[in-house]
Amino acid sequence: MKLGTIAHSRAGDKGNLLNISVIAFDERDYPHLVRTITAARVKAQLGSIVEGDVIRYELPRLGALNFVLARPPRDTVTRTLALDAHGKTLSSAILDLEIDE
Amino acid sequence: MKRIRVGCGAGYSGDRIEPAVELAERGDLQYLVFECLAERTIALAQQAKARDPQAGYDPLLLDRMTAVLPACARRGVRVITNMGAANPRAAAAAVRDLARSLGLNRLRIAAITGDDVVEVVKRGDFTVTETNTPSSRLAGSIISANAYLGAEAILPALAARADVIIAGRVADPSLFLAPLVHEFKWSMTDWQRLGCGTLAGHLLECAGQVTGGYFADGPSKPVAGLARLGFPIGDVAEDGSAIITKVAGSGGCVTTATCKEQLLYEIHDPAAYVTPDVVADFSQVEVRQVAEDRVLVRGATGRPRPDRLKVSIGYADGFIGEGQISYGGPGAVERARLAMAIVTERVRATKLECEELRCDLIGVDSLFGWVPAAGVSEPYEVRLRVAGRTRTLRDAQRLATEVETLYTNGPAGGGGVVKSTRDVLAVASVLIPRAAAPWQIETLVA
Repeated sequence: MKLGTIAHSRAGDKGNLLNISVIAFDERDYPHLVRTITAARVKAQLGSIVEGDVIRYELPRLGALNFVLARPPRDTVTRTLALDAHGKTLSSAILDLEIDE
Repeated sequence: MKRIRVGCGAGYSGDRIEPAVELAERGDLQYLVFECLAERTIALAQQAKARDPQAGYDPLLLDRMTAVLPACARRGVRVITNMGAANPRAAAAAVRDLARSLGLNRLRIAAITGDDVVEVVKRGDFTVTETNTPSSRLAGSIISANAYLGAEAILPALAARADVIIAGRVADPSLFLAPLVHEFKWSMTDWQRLGCGTLAGHLLECAGQVTGGYFADGPSKPVAGLARLGFPIGDVAEDGSAIITKVAGSGGCVTTATCKEQLLYEIHDPAAYVTPDVVADFSQVEVRQVAEDRVLVRGATGRPRPDRLKVSIGYADGFIGEGQISYGGPGAVERARLAMAIVTERVRATKLECEELRCDLIGVDSLFGWVPAAGVSEPYEVRLRVAGRTRTLRDAQRLATEVETLYTNGPAGGGGVVKSTRDVLAVASVLIPRAAAPWQIETLVA
């Protein structure tokens, strides 16, 4: 199934850093998120949009993960040539990840 | 326990005005905050001020104030905003004149200045946070440099009983934290409460984004009445805990899910959210639905504030030219790819000075940059977008025109060309000593 069946997400930006939250609809699914949605999977899903490591923060009290990633230096919000300068649509790309039932 | 109700009437410069009027009239508020200053907005405002010394504040300032001031004055709601942008004093004078014309005599309007540190930055040399290079390299192209002031810059205006407080660059959550510190007489070294107030401000600062805006997505995330989306109210207690809610009967919803999404929005390390007031820690926050459209948020804390202030430098960084054209029907994607190859070759062949060129097929790969997974059928129509970075406006125009000429010089069936050019106002950050940005207050009476 798709990650979007058990979690929701919002992407935000600051300078050339992006953050993407992944939040369990039901907090009981949080351990499943921790096991399956690793920083490496997020990096692989976003491909060339990301440069360098993806950092994952865990928020057990919210049942949520927060991913922080850097875009290439040319792709800061204020000077990128990308159509979605802020990277706001990337939450939908993350929710498209395939996970086990 | 004493409680204060703070509403958010705008989450960005172009935000809707009707929900702010609803908040002013029916929110039972003590404070109404308007957050309207994005990173590069102040550089644009600085350019406007350079052309006209009376300009440089938010273009919607008077529209917003005309809409809300009568209700605010009637109900004793005080307004706090960063709509002063590059010119808070001119903004305050304009609001004073407006108040007089509305018959709101004796309204007190305070302008807060001191965030403009362009001379400090031009004279000194600082390290650009994003690139680790000296700020002196930007010297000739700097348009603006504004320090993020904290809640303490707003406190004197609150103590002076200003009804409308107009600042330029102030950290977004500080606009909300200031009235809480003022009302509850919190100490500016009570890091735990400052962390709580900062959390409340952070949840409110994007207005509709916590009440169901930017949230709706299919049956698992329904939002009723989005067209009448209400803006949020923080009902904050003296201990720092807060109920996030909205005006009864307005559209949207306040749920644990909307609050969690906004809590993590634009957050990096949740245990270290840095503002001029505090290093807030949201990592142990608890979010609980206590009634319909009422969510209790508590458990934030904090550590001592940073020694230095963040400064956003706006600088001119060349131009972007862009052209778009659509192809439809069978073979649309193939023709769009042919058109893309033609434009790329022509840009090279005509020696157009383009530092970086980007081609997207809108409907295929413009957002995520990947080829859709198997099983996703080819779109029935597609839009080619070509964008390039140039040093001169003329080259940006030439680039956009290379897309337009596809009409008669490219593949069959192209249509709907749009061309645009813009000058790039890029933003870089540096840190400066607090003493380099002393703030002042000036109060006008209508």
